Amino acid sequence: MSTVHIHTTVNGDPVDFLSEPHTSLLNVLRDKLDLTGSKEGCGSGDCGACSVMLDGELVCSCLVLAPEAEGRRIETIEGMAQEGQLHPLQQKFLDLGALQCGFCTPGFLVAAKALLERNPDPTEEETRYWLAGNLCRCTGYDKIIRAVMDTAAEMRQERVSA
Amino acid sequence: MTYHAPANVEEAISLLGSQDNAWPVAGGTDLLVQMRSGRIKPGAIVDIKQIARTMGTSAKDGGFVIGAATPCTALLKDDALCKAWPGLVEAANLIGSVQVRNRATIGGNLCNASPAADSVPALIAADARCVIAGPQGEREIAAAELPAGPGRTNLGKGEFLVEIVLPPREAMSSDAYLRSIPRTEMDIAVVGAGVSLSRDKDGVCTQARVALGAVAPTALLVADAGEALVGSQLDDSALAKMEEAVKAACSPIDDKRGTIDYRIAMAAVYTKRAAKIAYDRAGEGA
Ligand SMILES: Cc1cc2nc3c(=O)[nH]c(=O)nc-3n(C[C@H](O)[C@H](O)[C@H](O)COP(=O)(O)OP(=O)(O)OC[C@H]3O[C@@H](n4cnc5c(N)ncnc54)[C@H](O)[C@@H]3O)c2cc1C
Ligand code: FES
Ligand code: FES
Repeated sequence: MSTVHIHTTVNGDPVDFLSEPHTSLLNVLRDKLDLTGSKEGCGSGDCGACSVMLDGELVCSCLVLAPEAEGRRIETIEGMAQEGQLHPLQQKFLDLGALQCGFCTPGFLVAAKALLERNPDPTEEETRYWLAGNLCRCTGYDKIIRAVMDTAAEMRQERVSA
Repeated sequence: MTYHAPANVEEAISLLGSQDNAWPVAGGTDLLVQMRSGRIKPGAIVDIKQIARTMGTSAKDGGFVIGAATPCTALLKDDALCKAWPGLVEAANLIGSVQVRNRATIGGNLCNASPAADSVPALIAADARCVIAGPQGEREIAAAELPAGPGRTNLGKGEFLVEIVLPPREAMSSDAYLRSIPRTEMDIAVVGAGVSLSRDKDGVCTQARVALGAVAPTALLVADAGEALVGSQLDDSALAKMEEAVKAACSPIDDKRGTIDYRIAMAAVYTKRAAKIAYDRAGEGA
């Protein structure tokens, strides 16, 4: 088995690692880089718990091979809070109790942030379709959708007053 | 297993031809799942995404060229493509979730050769051509000829799909794709129906192609279903003739997603709906 040397950027920092080529980006993040926020719920693209941004696109890190990360920009849940300040989505998830066990939460947050960056004013239907690739076994989804819609409204408000 | 990311077509052909058990990968949304489940054990992965020709969409000779590794969501950014082939773009963007579509490609959807692949009936209805590169040079085949059976293709050793070519569009033409699934998203088609047609200013259909997914070992073109629409304004009798042709072409399997009878009945229903959408779209701006 040949090991490959990969150079990448994770949450703004340059990162080098060695990996076997069949390893997923998710396993690299969790096992080599100690970034255990991204979760493995299925390993087959169905649950979205492993969602990360790869060169600005939302992807399942379980379906990316480690060598594909060469020269790419990766953003994970660990980079979402800035200087100890929670992202408004993170704060809203806490305030509204949009999580129970929390296993799905990092994936939902990364996916929801990607949605609001593209579309600051999504309808509930658009939000539900966008998050269709994220599964939650606990909440029944309503509180999650509510939290995303409320955050979107607040962020729009802030933009107006800014 | 080794990983390779060739920078051009020639390098990719030579890697695919020389490495033991080499598999091309585009988005990896089928291949990685099959690797994880142990269904396939590649000796080498040849990632085609660094090859410029496989990435992006462009207008060419009145039609369009789609690079084989272009993610489904990237198709949405080409306004001219969306206007000319809304059904194909929609079909590609029914696949999986946003996370999946940011990686998944119509090239991979076609080469994976699932009978239920969503973009394939739309590609066949569009009369799309596949540009295939291999040790003997390049050749072109119809999209319908690429899958050979469930999970099998007519690609030879060292060959891979480089581009998908969509033909020039006449005025007043459009397409549509619909699938039947038990959920609203993230599911495998019980039936899929793609229709591409042209009409004149009196609303008479001048040309039509109908293709079905999930009702036979490969997606198929139903030539007489398309012919049933030609010369009509999609009145009930023409649609009934088309539905009969669709039903006659189906040879589905019975499984937990649908019985044989159900799939055949639904194939007719969804084809009719798709035909009406394509017809209305073709008439827009008339
Ligand atoms: C959660 C989830 C949901 C899904 N939902 C759907 C759905 O709703 N509808 C649907 O149709 N599919 C669905 N799929 C399956 C898959 O996403 C699609 O088939 C997708 O289009 C495959 O494209 P890809 O680029 O990822 O293919 P890859 O995984 O890269 O490749 C697929 C196969 O084609 C071969 N291949 C790829 N590119 C080429 C090429 N250029 N030349 C030769 N061979 C090539 C590979 O070797 C492999 O055998 C889903 C998958 C997941 C994980
Ligand atoms: S672990 Fe990646 S989608 Fe479930
Ligand atoms: S909070 Fe437990 S899976 Fe979502």
